[in-house]
Amino acid sequence: MTSAPLDHVHAAVPPWRDIRVLRIAVQVVVVALVLAIGFVLWSNLTASMGRSRLTFGLGFLDTTAGFEIAESPIQFSATDTYGRAFAVGLINTLIISVAGIVLATILGVIVGVGRLSGNWLVNHLAAGFVEVMRNTPLLVQLVLLYAVLLQLPSVANAVALPGSIYLSQRGLSFPRPVVGPTFGAWLALLGIGIAVALATRWFAARREASGHPSSGLRRVGILAMVTIPVVGWVALGAPISLDVPILQRFNFVGGIVLSPEFSALLFGLVIYTSAFIGEVVRGGIQSVRRGQLEAAYAVGLTPRQTLRLVVFPQALRVIVPPLTSQYLNLAKNSSLAIVIGFPDLFSVSRTMSNQTGQPVSVIMLVMATYLAISLATSLAMNLYNRRVQVLEG
Amino acid sequence: MTTPDSSMPPPAPAIGPVGWLRQNLFSTWYNALLTIVLVTLLVPLVALILRWILAEARWGVVTANLRLFLIGQYPFEEAWRIWLSLAVLSVLTGISAGIYGGATVRTLATWLAAGQVMLGALAAVSGLGSATTVALVANAAIVWAAFLAVRWRPRAMPRRLVGLGWLASIPISVILLQGIRGLPLPIVTSNLWGGLLLTFLLAIVGILLSFPFGVLLALGRRSGLPAVRVLSTAYIELIRGVPLVTILFMAAVMLPLFLPSNVRIDQVLRAMVGITLFSAAYVAENVRGGLQAIPPGQVEAAHAIGLNTLQTNRFIVLPQALRAVIPANVGLFISLLKDTTLVTIVGLLELLGIGRAVLAQPQWFGAQLEVYVFIAAVFFILCYTMSQASYRLETALGVGTR
Repeated sequence: MTSAPLDHVHAAVPPWRDIRVLRIAVQVVVVALVLAIGFVLWSNLTASMGRSRLTFGLGFLDTTAGFEIAESPIQFSATDTYGRAFAVGLINTLIISVAGIVLATILGVIVGVGRLSGNWLVNHLAAGFVEVMRNTPLLVQLVLLYAVLLQLPSVANAVALPGSIYLSQRGLSFPRPVVGPTFGAWLALLGIGIAVALATRWFAARREASGHPSSGLRRVGILAMVTIPVVGWVALGAPISLDVPILQRFNFVGGIVLSPEFSALLFGLVIYTSAFIGEVVRGGIQSVRRGQLEAAYAVGLTPRQTLRLVVFPQALRVIVPPLTSQYLNLAKNSSLAIVIGFPDLFSVSRTMSNQTGQPVSVIMLVMATYLAISLATSLAMNLYNRRVQVLEG
Repeated sequence: MTTPDSSMPPPAPAIGPVGWLRQNLFSTWYNALLTIVLVTLLVPLVALILRWILAEARWGVVTANLRLFLIGQYPFEEAWRIWLSLAVLSVLTGISAGIYGGATVRTLATWLAAGQVMLGALAAVSGLGSATTVALVANAAIVWAAFLAVRWRPRAMPRRLVGLGWLASIPISVILLQGIRGLPLPIVTSNLWGGLLLTFLLAIVGILLSFPFGVLLALGRRSGLPAVRVLSTAYIELIRGVPLVTILFMAAVMLPLFLPSNVRIDQVLRAMVGITLFSAAYVAENVRGGLQAIPPGQVEAAHAIGLNTLQTNRFIVLPQALRAVIPANVGLFISLLKDTTLVTIVGLLELLGIGRAVLAQPQWFGAQLEVYVFIAAVFFILCYTMSQASYRLETALGVGTR
């Protein structure tokens, strides 16, 4: 009987020292403790809500909001519902987050590469930028930037930048591309040009593989790719025109106008986050060992090929996880909009909470929404992360 | 037969200022182009900023309100209580530095002393009264005095007493600052606390209170017990998924509702609870990183010599893990210090809030840039020195090399 001695051992262990019993007991105690705390808090909550005549429920979302929202990408007026006001805030937050993430990534890569530059000036400039951004609070940066934007000259004396971009107290005005009726035809020509270039390239590669020099053929392909769309652009009469902002008597007409609030929030978030992304990028590039570069050169890759085929794929593996948390931070930090008066999700919700007298429901709704945004972002980034990670084994 | 080509130019100088310029600014044609473009852009910009700082900015708004920026509306005649609680902190830090002598405590002590000297100098130039300066510089001296005293007679100071002192220091400071009935100390309600005082108070209380909570959460997240693991993970991810403002807002609005009706909780305390709940999740993730760095062999060895789970954590795992996460927690403290500015959104007057309150006064209407630049500079000095200290700490503790 092989199991007899073991049975004997188990019988000798009293239940209060048996690891299997203890494990369950500890979990039961912890869960009971959490439930008890939750119950006390919940009963306090219902009691105090009863006293101050607050109620649960999201019924108020269907009632009339009665307040205006300064900036709204969808139609909104004071007669619309709270639900629509909430949607406006959510859309504003999403716009800021997406635009911010794209711009911060571009600027962040520039900063990160700049910190690794051999040019002393670029290197130290990037380092100084990163230190200043990382060691001052974002909120102070935002109010400072907003104060600077408000000190800009009035519309009549707007600062004109090249490309019909105007900076004034009313914000940033820049041209809006307008798609004309012939745009589809031009797109088709562009496609044909690219197709010709690809075809000649493939053909040239085949000829080269059989020992015929054919760089002239490649040049013809590239020429075709450039000339067909350019000629088409002229022939079709500019399929994309620019709606340029023009100074009328009181304000700019036409183009896109970004309000000072939007501009301050967007650029504040972009500049702040790009410093952190710069450090992430720098760390990622530096994590690729020197031997990898030497090996790449040794097998005859050009510097560009080395960068594209050896450095980037490996750096990306290191970069993506911390980059994800920077994206999440940017989305969460957009809630600071309230200080400069941009109507984002949190700002609109706070107004809703004050007006409806339903703070508990509103807070729960806001937190759930931010949580959903965070989870969606990290889900998307995790999928991407899985693609760039090395498959081992 | 070849003759040496006499038309070859001499080699480019590689040393001296010219060599330096050539190597660092003009090494290739695009670096040279970049340098030239940047210099042409930077020179006017720097000139503009310097002219503003030195000539155009009206710094009167800062010097006239420096007391507000430092301690908020805390009554000036009671300010000695702030310096006294700083003195308590100084004594304890000095003694700890003497006893333990580790890099962390020594850095902390140096930093506390230097910070108080700096504050004293600031007080002197801003006309806060020489008594304030003397008190602050004396505090800095106390740090060193306590350190030297313990070094001189190491046996005289039992370690247990120091631990008790630290535990007692939080209630002592709060009683000192707020006052208590029955003592001849006038009560200073916390809505008068503000400025840098409140900024530091929120950050220090936040990091100290969230630390034990965060360690428990980190252990819970790595626990083998499914219920504990799920609860800890859910808490950490929930908190990390929402912005701090929403948590502060919840603390400000919902905390009173969660408590029995006879418990009153003031705004500062609500913000402290919110910050603590928030930073606990981040402490937990830091500590988890430290826990993961410990090789599993350590735990197995501990179990093999008969330690149970509690003992293993207490004597083997945590001492190593917590040492490894000290620099990360300094980083967390820095970001917490910056994040305290958010309490201005729920109506507290920390440094930024005081700045905005000052700007609301009619005589300082146009001085926004001056005030915000000053606040940014204060934060920069504080956070930059701390982050540099934390880099040094990292090497001193040998994180990752041990």
